Amino acid sequence: MFVKLVRVLAFAACAASLAACGAAGEARPKSASAKSASADKAQTFDENPYPSTYKAYPGDAVAIVGATVYDGTGARIDNGTVLVSGGKVEAVGGADLAVPAGYRRIDGAGRFVTPGIIDIHSHLGVYPSPGVEANSDGNEATDPTTPQVWAEHSVWPQDPGFSRALAHGGVTSLEILPGSANLMGGRSVVLKNVPARTVQGMKFPGAPYDLKMACGENPKRVYGSKGRMPSTRMGNFAVDRATWIKAVEYRKKRDAGKLETRDLAMETLVGVLDGKIRVQNHCYRADEMAQVLDMAKEFGYKVSAFHHAVEAYKIADLLKSTDTCAAIWADWWGFKMEAYDGIPENAALLQDAGACVIIHSDDENGIQRLNQEAAKAQGSGRRMGIAIPDGQVIRWITLNPAHAMGIDDRTGSLTPGKMGDVVLWNGNPLSIYSRPEKVWIDGALMYDALDPRRHPISDFELGQPGEGDVK
Amino acid sequence: MSARNTLRGALALLAAGTAMVAVSPAIAQDAGTFAITNARVVVGDGSAPIDNGTVVMRGGRIVAAGAGVALPAGATVIDAHGGWVTAGLVALGTDLGLLDVGAVDDSNDSTADKAAFNAALDVAPAIDPDALPIAVSRAGGVTRAAVAPTASNAIFAGQGAFIDLGVDANPVNRARAFQYVELGENGARLAGGSRVAAQAVLHNALREATDFNRRSGAARASGAKAAPARTGDDIPLDPRMSDSSAARGTDALLTRFDAAALIPVVTGGQPLYVHVERASDIRQVLALGREFPALRLVIVGAAEGWRVAGELAAAHVPVIASGMIDLPARFEQMASTQSNIGRMTAAGVKVAIGNFFDNDQPRYAPQYAGNLVALKKLPGATGLDWVQAFATISSIPADIMGESAHYGSLLPGRAADVVIWDGDPLELGSGPVQVFIDGVNQTLLNHQTKLRDRYRHPQEGALPKAYDW
Repeated sequence: MFVKLVRVLAFAACAASLAACGAAGEARPKSASAKSASADKAQTFDENPYPSTYKAYPGDAVAIVGATVYDGTGARIDNGTVLVSGGKVEAVGGADLAVPAGYRRIDGAGRFVTPGIIDIHSHLGVYPSPGVEANSDGNEATDPTTPQVWAEHSVWPQDPGFSRALAHGGVTSLEILPGSANLMGGRSVVLKNVPARTVQGMKFPGAPYDLKMACGENPKRVYGSKGRMPSTRMGNFAVDRATWIKAVEYRKKRDAGKLETRDLAMETLVGVLDGKIRVQNHCYRADEMAQVLDMAKEFGYKVSAFHHAVEAYKIADLLKSTDTCAAIWADWWGFKMEAYDGIPENAALLQDAGACVIIHSDDENGIQRLNQEAAKAQGSGRRMGIAIPDGQVIRWITLNPAHAMGIDDRTGSLTPGKMGDVVLWNGNPLSIYSRPEKVWIDGALMYDALDPRRHPISDFELGQPGEGDVK
Repeated sequence: MSARNTLRGALALLAAGTAMVAVSPAIAQDAGTFAITNARVVVGDGSAPIDNGTVVMRGGRIVAAGAGVALPAGATVIDAHGGWVTAGLVALGTDLGLLDVGAVDDSNDSTADKAAFNAALDVAPAIDPDALPIAVSRAGGVTRAAVAPTASNAIFAGQGAFIDLGVDANPVNRARAFQYVELGENGARLAGGSRVAAQAVLHNALREATDFNRRSGAARASGAKAAPARTGDDIPLDPRMSDSSAARGTDALLTRFDAAALIPVVTGGQPLYVHVERASDIRQVLALGREFPALRLVIVGAAEGWRVAGELAAAHVPVIASGMIDLPARFEQMASTQSNIGRMTAAGVKVAIGNFFDNDQPRYAPQYAGNLVALKKLPGATGLDWVQAFATISSIPADIMGESAHYGSLLPGRAADVVIWDGDPLELGSGPVQVFIDGVNQTLLNHQTKLRDRYRHPQEGALPKAYDW
């Protein structure tokens, strides 16, 4: 439902700014002939200068037979068959789906299949393990607005956390965000959860960029304590609005062909105004989310999801009507003032009101059990009389985050033609007693609980105590 | 509580059609005689669940739990309809009652980085039974907890307390139940910058306490003062108040209060909880035990405990481990693995799941225990059987606290801390539907449940939400 709505809005954003919605990879001014050479440089540039070099690893054609399948859309298929070949989901069906010749057959009896799990809020790589000062690269906390920084330039591909998220969590795609010290923290990067020597080797090909924004306590605390603006919530909004005003002016200049020099910060913000870059907005309190939605309207951009939205349940109707997802923990609560009204029924109340629910981690441990967190949220709903089917709960950690990240046309569900990102669980993933048994990414077997050689070990852990342990 | 709220609570329970247990909306204010029948009883001591069991409690204590238990006359009977009934959960290493909101300093009594004292700090008077984290943890089935201060100005954090989570004015079951010290990376920082410094600070402190004890003993012998070690109700006298007339060495570094507070540690009257993670640090703690044989050591953390499990078992030093650590979050946790608890347990170490600080809430204990069961199916991993896993969050922590004769299981004579669940207590979708502490049927309503009910439908009615309560 919200998939359609977002497409309409994206179209509208393009319609308002034809200049920005031309051929991908290049921003074209309206009148190329009417500007100077320097303006040409400022306006015509490579929008993808650090391109993904990831290519799917080799994988057999695989047929998982006789498993319970949650396909990510909300549907459940008992005694199902899942075919993966050429790196893609080939077909999903019941017991009657024939397995063509040449497929490696995997017995799914007693097991469950889901799409690869997706975390929309991770700091793996930018706040890696070990969490020493030298590795602390998630917050460029020197200015309240830093839309010019890109998280991918901080990601350390050797963070052992990636392997844990794969092995214990079945995570196949994840969004790495800058931290929340700043109102505008910078661009995020979407990764496939494959080990690589370079960040480019992990980048999800063609995934849109997002801008991390934050409201509330963190920015005003960080900068207020330095004796500078913002030190209040009203200061937060004033700085945000002043920055958006600059971005709107920058875009006008660009559209008129009058840019003299490039401005990395403005390029990110104009990307948001053009509808090419999504906003992922850290925001806890309901009243603040409502004001952020008005700010988005004021400047003509869209908030894709509110992250850490512990009070989202208070405005479930508003989030639904504005097609804004709530990316939340199952039951984190009370650790800071703006988290004081968090309740474990948040997800269930949002789902019940028809809003978009995403369970996120924001945590190198939580990312290893997003399935468990989703199941806890489901149970809290059940206890208050809101029954949510298992398949829908799996959608909270697959198709919904993919949707909010703009990659739902490629992954997030077991729809034929999508990436072969698949998890075979050794039991129901909504049970505490289940773990991933096999994880495929683009059809390649990247983790196998039954084969110790299919356990990735980062450079950092090589030759150290515990190397090669199941962890 | 208004009648309207009671009704709504009852309706919410009725609406939760899958809840297997009928719960009386009336909350008893005293410890009457209750019999929970038709239950899947988990005693918590590591024994197998008993189907069609009965739990009888009277006057705040367990009378019997198991099959074929007779119903006492006059008991209020609660039919569990085959549902799970367990001992209440025991969480060691919490900040329950010490804070309202962790990041709101004014409300947070867990740290004291500008204090003049360290080992002498005693959390007991600061514990607030009305703090919301206690109510939320109680609703999660946690009935007893060890509350520890957080070291912030010295390697010694101070003295922790053992508490109950009941709705009453007296949370503290045992004040000054343990002393807490940091000896890993955190201890190094607090001691001035290195483990080397931490070892010097520790040794000096133990020697000063030993010396102070000897001198105050001499003072007692001369008739100056005779302080009893115990008050008779099993709560030790505040050591800061004892032996205050004794002379001390002229080169003492510890304050008088801090030195006095460590006397029960060096004489073995009070356990010393030592937070270390890496294998070599654990070995140093065991060496300390050989150097000061009176010390009653408990190791907290022990992320690499599995690498020295045999030594821990031989030294009979118990461990309070974190449930799910599997990353080298610090260098001292390089070899951390979810199999840590399983491997230590298999080696004969007494291990509880604990250390619920900050946002790691005590109500997560069943999830952590359940994950250890999940490891049994993972090749190469070492997990726990279900009953072992449940014991790591009930009887074993009570045992490490030295309270297994009183708490942590449904054995006869124990405090009637009983939880009725709507499913397998370790399973993700399950939760408590009724909680007894000391035989008192507890309210499970709190700030969270009231927000839940107020926002069942987000739209405002004829009046704003503020009138809906």
